Amino acid sequence: MSEFFQQIINGLSLGSIYALIALGYTMVYGILKLINFAHGEVFMVGAYGGYFIATALGVDGYEASGAGFPLLLALVVLVAAMALSALLGVTIEALAYRPVRSAPRLTPLITAIGVSLFLQNAAMLLFTPNPRRYPAILRELRFEVGGVIVTNIKLAIFLVAICLMVGLQQFVQRTWTGRAMRALSLNMDAARLMGIDVNRTIRATFAVGSALAAAGGILFGLDQITINPLMGVLTGMKAFVAAVLGGIGNIPGAVVGGLLIGLAEQLTAGYLSPDYRDAITFVILVVILVAKPEGLLGVVRQEKV
Amino acid sequence: MSVAARPVGNPRWGLRAGVAALTLAALYAAGLGVQAGLIEYVQRIMLIAGINVILAVGLNLINGTTGQFSIGHAGFMAVGAYTTAFVGVKLAPHLASLFGAGMVADAVTFNLALLVGAALAGLAGLVVGLPSLRLKGDYLAIVTLGFGEIIRIVFNNAQFLGGATGYNGDSAAGLPTYTSFFWVFFWVIVVIALIRNVTFSQTGRSLVAIREDEIAAEAMATPTTRLKVLAFTLSAATAGIAGGLFAHMQAGIRPEDFKFDKSIDMIVMIIVGGLGSISGAALGGIFVAVSLELMRDLQQYRLVLYALLLIVIMLVRPEGILGQRELDFGWLTRRFGRKGGA
Repeated sequence: MSEFFQQIINGLSLGSIYALIALGYTMVYGILKLINFAHGEVFMVGAYGGYFIATALGVDGYEASGAGFPLLLALVVLVAAMALSALLGVTIEALAYRPVRSAPRLTPLITAIGVSLFLQNAAMLLFTPNPRRYPAILRELRFEVGGVIVTNIKLAIFLVAICLMVGLQQFVQRTWTGRAMRALSLNMDAARLMGIDVNRTIRATFAVGSALAAAGGILFGLDQITINPLMGVLTGMKAFVAAVLGGIGNIPGAVVGGLLIGLAEQLTAGYLSPDYRDAITFVILVVILVAKPEGLLGVVRQEKV
Repeated sequence: MSVAARPVGNPRWGLRAGVAALTLAALYAAGLGVQAGLIEYVQRIMLIAGINVILAVGLNLINGTTGQFSIGHAGFMAVGAYTTAFVGVKLAPHLASLFGAGMVADAVTFNLALLVGAALAGLAGLVVGLPSLRLKGDYLAIVTLGFGEIIRIVFNNAQFLGGATGYNGDSAAGLPTYTSFFWVFFWVIVVIALIRNVTFSQTGRSLVAIREDEIAAEAMATPTTRLKVLAFTLSAATAGIAGGLFAHMQAGIRPEDFKFDKSIDMIVMIIVGGLGSISGAALGGIFVAVSLELMRDLQQYRLVLYALLLIVIMLVRPEGILGQRELDFGWLTRRFGRKGGA
């Protein structure tokens, strides 16, 4: 039984990382109807951003002295990396997506694939393809509760993810920018007629989504210990599946989807075979798309002629 | 093959058979010439270009002509590659005892294996297509992506096919290198003829109608789902042939040869040439093979440049080089009398 709870704990912490990334996919899709393939790479750049900022702040020195990295500096790393990724997301939108926004749906999709490839390979050039050990922004402490091992890192991942998701929900529901985002996802033309600055709102969407992905990247680095330039490919796909599972365009859906994918992956790895931990995500994807294409929390939209 | 079903007196069938025989002879001669005259490196690029043409022309039927979007075609290529390799290895000893070891046995083995590979890849396409082609646009793209990954992971864990280390046949020497200039371009011609005949038939017109407006096509009593599944199956089968040719070009195949990147390569081919154009897709296939080789000197920069190229094409000329137009080969048939071979 304790093994089962162990898998649940691991699944929830992994799932909350997927949920953070899935939010970016779902927000962009909700507004632009674009699968932002480059989002997985924004997540990767966020992880590297955190790595370099933490190194610059002297994390190695703290680690060597055994004192542990101050919590305040860890927060600085998180916020700075999020800002960096937000900037990257906005730049990608301005340079690659805005010019093709009104083109047929296929064109932006292929552009997104191009941006994703570009970032992967640029990262391999700049950061070398070798995996890097993630700096110990948090020093690991282990607790044992009834045979289940819980680390402070897993708790922190869960906590940070929850805070960011609640923050996002408040942002989307309560601020003018959030309201503009919701208006855009309902009807972009009508929103424009109501005086909403479409470009500004889309920029804000990319900034927020990319910042959340960066937070996911840092948490992923803490959780999985190493990072590499291709880490965004598979993780990005899984997060996208999470968004589809929850109902793409639906913010609570992305969170539910992320947690479910994380749990499914851990339980498959624990009870079936670790070889199929990646396959289960895609099996879920195919099943959900065939059985309920609008996702768990999605709404069926009637097709207009 | 279907000559017997037609009236024997029809002179155009005689002409067609003649042109076909001449083409094969010319192809064989060209193959011998290439083998004698060109260094192995150039030969290899030509083989890759031919395989790319098959992939691009096949994928174009679904992505270009029908307007659906598959980003998981590497999966079907993998099915074809593994099936062809496996069947070829198991079949070779039996056929060698039947025909005597040598060229004839090799050719029969290879082509039988390729056909089985194509059939199984087509079957995989059918299995993927049947449930998922009810979905539209992006969702279909995601399902194909998911299936492509699942197929690869299955091969990664199939121990009788070598698992993650790949399949090299039963002998230490690896897979026999059946793939030659003649066979690659023989299949290029077969696939192009097949896809061309489908595209310019009534079925092809219906596929274009689905691309232009699926609801209107359905209102005109076009069986949209059935046709989409048909196009998808056919497209998967051609990817299977390309996979089989690819498998026997080298000593072994690995699951990682058929990653998501391979699907993207195929999309780049048809995007460069122009969605919906057969000759454009063929040009795109050649372009990708040659440009990746030319950029090899740039070492680590080449994939960055490749990605930039893709973005720039999308921003500057999203319809590709040829768009939906075809290269005009009319002057050939005009010069050599009435309509020649396919």
